Amino acid sequence: MRGRVLVVDDDPALAEMLGIVLRGEGFEPSFVGDGIRALSAFRDVRPDLVLLDLMLPGASGIDVCRAIRAESVVPIVMLTAKSDTIDIVLGLESGADDYVVKPFKAKELIARVRAQLRRGDGDQAESLSIGDLAIDVLGHQVTREGDQIALTPLEFDLLVALARKPRQVFTREALLEQVWGYRHAADTRLVNVHVQRLRSKVELDPENPTVVLTVRGVGYRAGTF
Amino acid sequence: MRDLPSPSSIAMALRRRWRRSLQQRVTVTTVLLCGVVVVVIGLILLTQIRDQILEVKRTAAIAQTVNGLRYAESQLAAVDAINGGDVRTTLDRTRLQLTERGGPAGRFDVVMFASVGADSVPIARLNSLASSVPPALRTAVQGGVQSYQLATVDLGEGVSVTALLVGSPIPSSIGDFELYYLFPLDQEQTSLELIQGTVVLSGLALVLLVGAIGAAVARRVVRPVRDAARTAERLASGRLEDRMRVRGEDDLAVLATSFNDMAESLQLQIRQLEQLSRLQQRFTSDVSHELRTPLTTVRMAADLLFAAREDFAPAVARSTELLQAEVNRFEALLNDLLEISRYDAGAAVLEAEPTDLRALVDRVCAATHPVAARQGSELVVAAGGPAVVAEVDPRRVERIVRNLIVNAVEHGEGLPVEIVVAGDEHAAAITVRDHGIGLKSGEAAQVFSRFWRADPSRSKGLGGTGLGLSISLEDAHLHGGWLQAWGEPRRGAQFRLTLPILSGDELTHSPLPLLPEPRRPARTASERV
Repeated sequence: MRGRVLVVDDDPALAEMLGIVLRGEGFEPSFVGDGIRALSAFRDVRPDLVLLDLMLPGASGIDVCRAIRAESVVPIVMLTAKSDTIDIVLGLESGADDYVVKPFKAKELIARVRAQLRRGDGDQAESLSIGDLAIDVLGHQVTREGDQIALTPLEFDLLVALARKPRQVFTREALLEQVWGYRHAADTRLVNVHVQRLRSKVELDPENPTVVLTVRGVGYRAGTF
Repeated sequence: MRDLPSPSSIAMALRRRWRRSLQQRVTVTTVLLCGVVVVVIGLILLTQIRDQILEVKRTAAIAQTVNGLRYAESQLAAVDAINGGDVRTTLDRTRLQLTERGGPAGRFDVVMFASVGADSVPIARLNSLASSVPPALRTAVQGGVQSYQLATVDLGEGVSVTALLVGSPIPSSIGDFELYYLFPLDQEQTSLELIQGTVVLSGLALVLLVGAIGAAVARRVVRPVRDAARTAERLASGRLEDRMRVRGEDDLAVLATSFNDMAESLQLQIRQLEQLSRLQQRFTSDVSHELRTPLTTVRMAADLLFAAREDFAPAVARSTELLQAEVNRFEALLNDLLEISRYDAGAAVLEAEPTDLRALVDRVCAATHPVAARQGSELVVAAGGPAVVAEVDPRRVERIVRNLIVNAVEHGEGLPVEIVVAGDEHAAAITVRDHGIGLKSGEAAQVFSRFWRADPSRSKGLGGTGLGLSISLEDAHLHGGWLQAWGEPRRGAQFRLTLPILSGDELTHSPLPLLPEPRRPARTASERV
């Protein structure tokens, strides 16, 4: 079981409590208390998931997030006290896959963590295409004319979800459920930001997308080629 | 819309410009008044000049006629009355003589009439001249009176001219003779036309000049006023550092100075308010973070205890339940307080995107269904109709709808809660109706007050914070929308949310009535809360 979780949080009480809850659920937590040591701790621990507080002494959570994302596709879940769009979008844009707003329930946090760790479980050998891209589901590879495009597991899942049903228009809520595992509709900003990030990697011209198309007022669908 | 502007629309446009432009109004008024004065003065001037010219001409003409008359009289006196042929010759010669004698009255012609018996024989250079003498003048002269008259004289070869005709009987013993002097007025006419042209031209020039001066003066006065208006507009659009230029020490300079003082004071106050708002936002954000982190720990600890409560002694287990419930309440209250203070600090931002309100209502109903089920209320969403897509902030609208539904369930006495969604081109509306205790008169406006409760003794069964409807009202206002309530005791209550389809549009109506349809009393149909 992939269960190493790196908790980056400066509040000792919260960190300890997170440790108790994570251990209780069978995870293996390690801790780091400030932003400066976060990256080296990440390299030492090689976690399967990072829980990252956005407000940290030293380097900000946003910087830590960018630094980790620059060298790894490991899932990052942000812990944030701010629910303002600007803060959340900034966190997501810097590479976080999901977020929970303080004060969160233990169950909620565990659900988010499990959803991120489940990614890729039970994938079958399958070949899909979307736009001018080819997807090898089991190999977790996306190629355009033989050139590989590096995606995070979340971006990969998002692309696969669209590619599996090329004729269907997905609402943001449907994508939240399918890709993030939210049972009830949550925050559609997650979808917006990740679609932008996905486009910046897979589209030849992100301003005029041909792979992930926007259906105004409804959601997104796969581009046909 | 018509392609070509109709005359009435042009007239309307002119009238609008007339009303709008002070400078134009002043200029046009000046030109009109000046024009009237110039026309009156010009007319008086021209009449006087004409009269004067005629007067001079007449005096000279009469003098010459009297002179000629004397000569003709002397010539006739020398003629023997018996010899008619001689008379004719004498008259012809006299006419020639008279014509050749110059005089002070300028060019002229002479016509004579000799009446011997019943015949009247004209003696003239041209017959047309003789026939040009008006009968009225002749009648007067034949009556023995020296007279004059203006008439058109035919000079032959199709040329006519206005002339002054002076006629006089020639006293004679041998018959009745009439002598007429014809003074053509063409020279006078020419002079008069010249003067007329000069007067008209100088009048026009004067009017234009006065108009230009009026425009210039009006512009000088109006410009600072326009400057002030422009500066005021720029101030209103947020460019608080803009000021008017102050020139000189006159009234307009005073206007500019006072205006600038006002702008200064406004800028200062706005800066202070902005500063305050920034501080408040900062404080809110700090409080938020500082409170939320320990609350998270407390909450997780409470969750953990709550999950293990069955292993505890009954008192500890119950305490754990209370802890859990109150932490939930505390969290809800904290969230609502932070949201309200965000509104108070002016920090709330609308993030509008096209959203299907029917789908949104379905989602909220699915999410609130468990709450409703616990209270025994059924959520009934009116079925059918096309998607109602509006540019709204889905999170805020979801929050409004959730608040309205939870509120309806809370006060619905276990009876069904009905939800209707409707939309047209301009507005979308959602109504939430309950059949519970309803609202007393006057309470419909109060329900949106912070911490207001319909009945203080009521149980806080659903853990509402008392801020839900206040936040919903702020959320609706942020969209430029309406949130209104109707209610009657024991007949339940209805809340109506109306939102513009296009973000930023102004609402003029709602697609749904505020009062529930079936039992709506007609006389209050138009009443709004």
